[in-house]
Amino acid sequence: MKNCEYQQIDPRALSVSPSSAQNHTEKRVQRPRRKWEVFPGKNRFYCDGRIILARQSGVLPLTLGLIVVTCGLFFAFDCPFLVKHLTVFIPVIGGVLFVFVVLSLLRTSFTDPGILPRATPDEAADVEKQIDTSGSSTYRPPPRTKEILINQQVVKLKYCFTCKTFRPPRTSHCSLCDNCVERFDHHCPWVGNCVGKRNYRFFYSFIISLSFLTSFIFGCVITHITLRSQAGKSLVQAIQESPARYPLYLVICFFSIWSILGLSGFHTYLVASNLTTNEDIKGSWSSKRAAEESGNPYSYNSIITNCCVTLCGPMPPSLIDRRGFLPIDEAIPAASASEIELPPFVAKNDAHMCTQSTKDVLERVVHSFDYQGLCPTGTPKTSPLALEVSSTAAPSPETSPSAGCSRQLARHPVAAPCPPFSSSNKRDSLHSINPAFRLASPSPSLSRTTLILGDAPDIGFIPLP
Amino acid sequence: MAETHSLQDMRQQAAIAAKVFLQRDYTNGTVCQFQTKFPSELETRIDKQQFEETVRTLNNLYAEAEKLGSQSYIEGCLACLTAYTIFLCMETHYEKVLKKIAKYIQEQNDKIYAPRGLLLTDPIERGLRVIEVTIFEDRSLTR
Repeated sequence: MKNCEYQQIDPRALSVSPSSAQNHTEKRVQRPRRKWEVFPGKNRFYCDGRIILARQSGVLPLTLGLIVVTCGLFFAFDCPFLVKHLTVFIPVIGGVLFVFVVLSLLRTSFTDPGILPRATPDEAADVEKQIDTSGSSTYRPPPRTKEILINQQVVKLKYCFTCKTFRPPRTSHCSLCDNCVERFDHHCPWVGNCVGKRNYRFFYSFIISLSFLTSFIFGCVITHITLRSQAGKSLVQAIQESPARYPLYLVICFFSIWSILGLSGFHTYLVASNLTTNEDIKGSWSSKRAAEESGNPYSYNSIITNCCVTLCGPMPPSLIDRRGFLPIDEAIPAASASEIELPPFVAKNDAHMCTQSTKDVLERVVHSFDYQGLCPTGTPKTSPLALEVSSTAAPSPETSPSAGCSRQLARHPVAAPCPPFSSSNKRDSLHSINPAFRLASPSPSLSRTTLILGDAPDIGFIPLP
Repeated sequence: MAETHSLQDMRQQAAIAAKVFLQRDYTNGTVCQFQTKFPSELETRIDKQQFEETVRTLNNLYAEAEKLGSQSYIEGCLACLTAYTIFLCMETHYEKVLKKIAKYIQEQNDKIYAPRGLLLTDPIERGLRVIEVTIFEDRSLTR
């Protein structure tokens, strides 16, 4: 029977013992860490993990500022006039729209877009093992694509080198956030976050309500000027009478209306055909499958159903469990996450599986072995179970994949990028500059050139915090 | 490297012999379904029918969570009308089913898998990518 030379404190024995109360106070002193603190992606967390943002959320304050300032000016200057001359409902409608817009925007920005957590080392090793069945001594990275059938249509799944898994269909890796995001639409700098499965409906309601708001404000301003000029004065005089903000005000409204309305129209089309911006840009389903109606295997071939599914479908949960505690720190308070060579997030995930949710089941397993009269007496959890020394024939799964991966990465420093997100990178810069232009020319050619150029920065180590 | 050792100990105190991963099955689209193919490593440990029954039940539960019915539409529309603030106070249908799934896995582990030296991990802890089955060393063979 193998035994470790040293005795480790068994955390499970500690936590089920009557002295656990004392341990709890110890843990409180040690401040148990939450999973968001060791999250490997490039995200920022606030309010103790409740709010998640991309690392660069630079334009979000600008978006909020534009909305608040424009509405503020509207309420301050146009509403009094219009309430007097028209109806009191004008500020009420404006207020409701404003609240809806701001809530949708904040919801889009602060929600996890559908980030897929990275594979644990065991999973990564399993994937590699399944591919490399020839038993060759040299390390071969997994092939980059795998073909599967979805609704009788062939779809290629790509392997993500950062997250160490074959990406589910419609998932893409965002280089700005360094995460794989499910049903990846695009990374929107205006909201400072990716738009994906979980926050697409918030994004859509944001742009729709913003379209209504800007059109409403624009209409009210035009009405205001018209009413003033009807009262016997010329149009120019009417404008001159009001504060000098009107030219700027109208310019902002005019341009934002065209961009926002265009974007809303585009996304309405996407929702109705159950497409993502990413797929539309790449032309995944457009011209290749001329034989079928839409070629999109995810479409329900009915506009109503597609809309209902995308916007009113069930709300999937967040997969990254930001606010969960890292159990390894409860057991070993001294373990500092940053110093361990293994990817701490995935290692801790594994430990989490073992200790937190399956403690008593392990006990049962042990007891079932105990019952067979095979194990020596002693603390049930430690002594009958061999403590594997890492130098044995079965190398600990944590070290081998990461070592393997580093070897792999050393050999393929310019491994081909993941095209979807590099094109989406380009795409969202277009989007931020001029969405109306983007609508006019979806330019699949652009995405093709981007594929050739792209040298994705996402190929790299699992970033250790 | 005391910390590394303790990490490994934490994981391996139960002498994990192997881990089997059941991948997702995408033939019906992006809905959460797992492959029901019986892994060869489990042949000596558990009955094939039993295992497939477990996976099939899990698949049905996930299908129920993602079902597009009137309930999910009502929930979605209500959420939209309240500017999605309702999610702050209400638990979604999906979350309720996830709790049911967690309870089912716990129960299956207690009754069927633990006595055979196996352990099912709730897929939500693996980002709904895989069902991880941990195979513990069978001590009866090492004596």
